[in-house]
Amino acid sequence: MEFLNSFILITNYIIIPGLTYGSQLALGALGITIVYTVLRFSNFAHGEFMSFGTMSTILLTWVFIDSNIKFGTFPTAIIALPFSIIFTIIYCLLVDKFVFKFYRQQKSKSVISLIVSIGVMFFTGGLIRFIIGPGDKNFMDGERFILKAKDFKMLTGLDEGLTIKSTQGVTIILTILLVILLFWFLNKTKTGKSMRAYSDNHELALLSGINPEKIVLITWIITGTLACIAGTLYGLDKSYKPFTYLHLVLPIFAAAIVGGVGNPIGAIIGGFVISFSELLITFAYKKFFFYILPDNFLPDRLLQILSTDYKIAVSFIILVLVLLIKPTGIYKGKIIE
Amino acid sequence: MYLLHGKNITCGYDTVDILSECTVGVKKGKITSIVGPNGAGKSTAMKSIFGLLKIRLGKIFLDNEDITNLLPQERVLKGMGYVPQTNNIFPTLSVQENLEMGAFIQHKDFSDILVYVYDLFPVLKEKRNQQAGELSGGQRQQVAVGRALMTKPKVLMLDEPSAGVSPIVMESLFQKIIEIAQQGTAVLMVEQNAKQALEISDLGFVLNQGKNLYTDTGKALLSNKKVRQAFLGG
Repeated sequence: MEFLNSFILITNYIIIPGLTYGSQLALGALGITIVYTVLRFSNFAHGEFMSFGTMSTILLTWVFIDSNIKFGTFPTAIIALPFSIIFTIIYCLLVDKFVFKFYRQQKSKSVISLIVSIGVMFFTGGLIRFIIGPGDKNFMDGERFILKAKDFKMLTGLDEGLTIKSTQGVTIILTILLVILLFWFLNKTKTGKSMRAYSDNHELALLSGINPEKIVLITWIITGTLACIAGTLYGLDKSYKPFTYLHLVLPIFAAAIVGGVGNPIGAIIGGFVISFSELLITFAYKKFFFYILPDNFLPDRLLQILSTDYKIAVSFIILVLVLLIKPTGIYKGKIIE
Repeated sequence: MYLLHGKNITCGYDTVDILSECTVGVKKGKITSIVGPNGAGKSTAMKSIFGLLKIRLGKIFLDNEDITNLLPQERVLKGMGYVPQTNNIFPTLSVQENLEMGAFIQHKDFSDILVYVYDLFPVLKEKRNQQAGELSGGQRQQVAVGRALMTKPKVLMLDEPSAGVSPIVMESLFQKIIEIAQQGTAVLMVEQNAKQALEISDLGFVLNQGKNLYTDTGKALLSNKKVRQAFLGG
């Protein structure tokens, strides 16, 4: 019983939140990895693209709620999502047309595009705060829980409760679907293969008749979609505040680099590595040991390695360690410039 | 009459002319080699014929059609296949995907050409699901040639096909080139190993300092005393 209780505790506070947060990071890291492999620069504006997507979702959700359009017990944001994806894609394409395209045609070094992307990041951030304001926005509606702690306790008779929020369920399921779709596209369709070919060898792709403009277009469509979905899921789960997305770029980059830049599977693994390390290091283990240790062995402290305020530092430390020890990441990726 | 004919080409990088009034031609179903010392403009001649380099003067004809102003991709559609000297495969794509990319520009069904390429290079069929970057040098070269063959070109252009492979592998690669020519595809290649290349060539162009020095059949060039002394090491 005690063992089961401790297991439920870990599931409730680490495994489920870790899977959720990891999925959100993985989707973000996928976007960064795809831009990096195809367009060959580190896109620091990705966090703000996610923010832009979330903002579009929120605005549309308000419109839907005002006109009484609902999606059963699901959050209204889910039906707003397809439309906000389109907005995000349009925004990405506009940015590309007016900013990135110029540097691509100049054949600029990737570090210059990186700096340009930081400019885009600040511009986008400003634009978003101008439109929706810097404050907290909660746009989660509908049924909040798939499984409530009280029901779980009743059902199993355990002391420890297990809750699964509907946002967590939606995040994990949507991520699985999206990743399957993405891998199918990259590995099975002609366009997906040509995209990989283009990222492998620009020149040979040109000789093979692959149209680079089309590849760039598809890259932004995928990036915009991933950014919008990742951002919306994060916002649904944790509430939306524009400044949070500025900080989100760090764990996402850490995820992409830890997994191996340029490798989609690496990006996913990296997302979970970062999310679980953040949670494992900032979790207070007192209650966990309360279940498995005899009473007189139990220390007074919280048994927390680092306070949750240092969450962002964890991903930063992992990032630095990976760059120092194994710059190619878990899956042999490219070394980021 | 030549199937592919680069007539009096003058071109180069920036203001420096590498080739001056250089002429190269390929006949249907024959193997043609461009040989010469380092810096003679062999690779430049290849690039300019394929359209990777803009030519200043001269004309290029394919099947009597003027293709001087076409883009490389458009030349692929007209029936030219080109294998660059380096970076000539997609390393993280599988062998089969590499070949598919060769046929990317065509919207026709290419399964029969795939069978042809696999018959020509049985080892590729064996390793079709492996990443091309993991193969040996000779096998990669086969992938590169196979990729260029996927459009069923009239002329196959090879830039230093034997670069970086062992003599044994080179021998078998040349054997494959002969087979390709026998199937009706004309082959134009640039080779550092002039002797071996001329041995299998029907026609040879000896270039020096961007100019045609000798043009003759492969055999005749090999037995030409001056050519031997100057370029083939006696």
